Amino acid sequence: MALTRNTDQPSSSGPGKGKGRKPGGGDVAVPALGPLGMLRWAWTQLTSMRTALFLLLLLAVATVPGSLFPQRSVNPTEVTAYLDNKPVLGQWLDAFQLFDVFSSVWFSAIYLLLFISLIGCVFPRAKKHLQALRTPPPRTPARLSRLPENGTLEVSELPADLPDSQILSRSAALLKKRGYRVEQRPDGQVPSVGAERGYIREVGNLIFHFSLIGVLAAVAIGGVFGYTGQRIVVEGESFVNTLVSYDSFTPGTGFKEGSLSPFSVTLDKFDVTYDRESTTHFGQPIDFHARVTTSEPGSEPEKQDLRVNHPLRIGGTAVYLVGNGYAPEITVRDGHGDVSYSGPVVAVPQDDVFTSLLVLKVPDAQPDQLGFVGLFLPTAGVNSSGVGISLDPSPVLPQLQLNSYYGDLGLDAGDPQNVFVLDTDKLTELNSRNLDSGGLVVNAGQTVKLPQDKGSITFDGIKRYAALDIHHDPGKLPVAIFAALALLGLAVSLFTPRRRAWIKVHPAGQGARDGDDHGGRIIEYGVLARGEDPRVRQEARELRTLLEGEFTGTSRTEV
Amino acid sequence: MPTINEQLGAYSDLFMLLAAMAYAIAFISFAWDLAKSNQTIRELESGLLAEEAKQLATVGAATTTENRYRGPHAPAADDGLLVNESMNYVRKAGKRTAARVGVSVAWIAAAIHVFAVVSRAIAAGRVPWGNMYEFLTTGALVVALVFLVVLLKKDLRFMGTFVIGLVTLMLCAATMGFPTPVAHLVPALQSPWLIIHVSIAVLASSLFTITFALSVLQLFQADRQAKLAAGKPDRLAFLRMVPSAAALENFAYRINAVAFVMWTFTLMAGAVWAEAAWGRYWGWDTKEVWTFVIWVVFAGYLHARATRGWTGTRSAWLSIIGYLCIVFNFTVVNIYFNGLHSYAGV
Repeated sequence: MALTRNTDQPSSSGPGKGKGRKPGGGDVAVPALGPLGMLRWAWTQLTSMRTALFLLLLLAVATVPGSLFPQRSVNPTEVTAYLDNKPVLGQWLDAFQLFDVFSSVWFSAIYLLLFISLIGCVFPRAKKHLQALRTPPPRTPARLSRLPENGTLEVSELPADLPDSQILSRSAALLKKRGYRVEQRPDGQVPSVGAERGYIREVGNLIFHFSLIGVLAAVAIGGVFGYTGQRIVVEGESFVNTLVSYDSFTPGTGFKEGSLSPFSVTLDKFDVTYDRESTTHFGQPIDFHARVTTSEPGSEPEKQDLRVNHPLRIGGTAVYLVGNGYAPEITVRDGHGDVSYSGPVVAVPQDDVFTSLLVLKVPDAQPDQLGFVGLFLPTAGVNSSGVGISLDPSPVLPQLQLNSYYGDLGLDAGDPQNVFVLDTDKLTELNSRNLDSGGLVVNAGQTVKLPQDKGSITFDGIKRYAALDIHHDPGKLPVAIFAALALLGLAVSLFTPRRRAWIKVHPAGQGARDGDDHGGRIIEYGVLARGEDPRVRQEARELRTLLEGEFTGTSRTEV
Repeated sequence: MPTINEQLGAYSDLFMLLAAMAYAIAFISFAWDLAKSNQTIRELESGLLAEEAKQLATVGAATTTENRYRGPHAPAADDGLLVNESMNYVRKAGKRTAARVGVSVAWIAAAIHVFAVVSRAIAAGRVPWGNMYEFLTTGALVVALVFLVVLLKKDLRFMGTFVIGLVTLMLCAATMGFPTPVAHLVPALQSPWLIIHVSIAVLASSLFTITFALSVLQLFQADRQAKLAAGKPDRLAFLRMVPSAAALENFAYRINAVAFVMWTFTLMAGAVWAEAAWGRYWGWDTKEVWTFVIWVVFAGYLHARATRGWTGTRSAWLSIIGYLCIVFNFTVVNIYFNGLHSYAGV
């Protein structure tokens, strides 16, 4: 059985079945394939259209779990929560890399095989098309009347001395104008013109597929040499692009610290606009607006606006506004009356009205370390069950509702801790709703003493903060270029019709109407579509009109 | 930022309801056309059969050739009279009164619908696709308009029941399931890419809707043709008003090719927007995952058309699966999956 590239033969012709009985066939001795032959066979199978189709559909199926399970690359905290809630199932899922679908072994295997198959398909096709571009249009068929679109024109009033070659060259010029590549064949049994157009269809197809390879390569390069990082900046603070400044940082494998471009961003002011007119969407945010000052070495500091959808672009690095919230300014005095903390504390918003979670650790407090955990409410209110809630995202009646602790914060050992979580294992409660002392309720400007003379807490004021994402991805531009090329190639390959056309010139013999043989000729034409082409009939009609116009005096005999 | 015109928004809501009602009437007309034409076909056919039987009787031929007239290419069958392979309008098709009523009412409904959508856009001072209600109502309008515009050239009235039925359903889902008063856009949606990315996505989806209907009909028609060829009785006679499976497949392919290019553009425009909004052009957000799945399925569909053994029924299935993914992406993913696209006002 012949195994050619792009064969659509079922895989029953595989080497494993070489000696076996073929389904539906008799005993056929198939020559055993050597190791090289085996490789060739595997390669042929891999690069066949059938395999490519199978891999494509497999890729679609393999992508789906990426939306069903939380992904570490997208939302690591959700994965942790999933593993906590369903430890047994979660471990199994994790074993099959279902929380890392897009970097998993099986997903990678599918798309790499698909791309290898693609490469094995497009390179030979490119070579073949290069040859086709240098080959003249196919030979003229013996009977054009067999083509789906054909017709004849009787040319009776042409000058007698107009040679066939002239008719041929004028027809060829017509076809050429319509984008055909033409070859005149005056020496055939019947003089004819062969023509073909739409070579660019395959060019587009190849560009599309090569561009996909380009996209994949560029994505990989961006992943290796790029980095992403996060940083929260409170009003008045600055971010300097060095490793220590990041709250979290994810470098690519090829990242070097020296490749961080030196710049700094200072958050001067953060403005939020809420919808105050709508009755149905009252309080919905309309605009988040960070006013920043950026500076790069060797140039003047520059005032810029950073907004959602409008990142700052500094060199090859971009800074995005991805979140915001309140940072209440708090001063804590310890049991000795000394200021042991003073400054803004970033509170994490929990809902649309900025009910925010706040954790403050004061390791410098004496004699005991102090810890606070609770809520910051921009507009304090109480819900039906007596729990403090925020009523509005604006700071109309800002309030802190906290529990306080004293004891060992566990920071002295130097182990890294989450700043947004207070580990209360070694702490003793001072203030809580459950205790006689009650929870701490601190309004703006107030100072509240802690029980047992452990100190006091003052709510000095509020600042806003901006959560920034800093991205550097050198693959971005090449990805964009290849993607644009792919789109262009795709459109060209799907919408360019590939057609062949032939024109023949017959002498008008006994068929001629008036019998005079003053050079009466019959021009026969035929058009053939290669592949999908709904407009081929239209093309034949237009070709006929052109031929009629060119050789005036022709009469219509047949459509 | 312009002020919201709540008065005009209320009018928009009212007209959206009126449009839904008008579509419902058009839907009933199309359904009536299917039922009634079924009957006319039978009458026409029995008349022809009787005539033929008379001729046969006079000749004295005893061969029963009942099935000859039931085959898809039977010369005397009326398929050619009601619909032709290139789906152009044919002489006899003009007699379908119920279908003509359906088309006329659908145009009226679309006019009301246009007013509803445009007035909503003016009331909000922005493009009318910023939340689920608006996606549904604007999407339904695009589906209806694409269908009606194609109807000007091609006789696709056999799809009227499905397409107008779907449009009615979409409007009902929007007005009952996701009623949302007019409002400003949240900051994440304030981008020119909202206009480009979403409009092309909606347009591509409406084209896929039409090819979905074509592919489903293709499956039924292919099944019917196979049964007829095997000499079995014709259970789905109304499919006589529908072109052959091959013609449906070719037409679906042409539309799918256009829609696929649009979907590719949607995906790329989305990536450009994602880069500006979230700092990365691709991050496997649930919406991105499903957009990619749909893209791959339709890429598979295009390849299937060039693979022996995968044309016809199998490629029709791929087209259907692709469309089901689109529906899934629009409904389940929007409503139940948590992702970056979740601000869509659900």
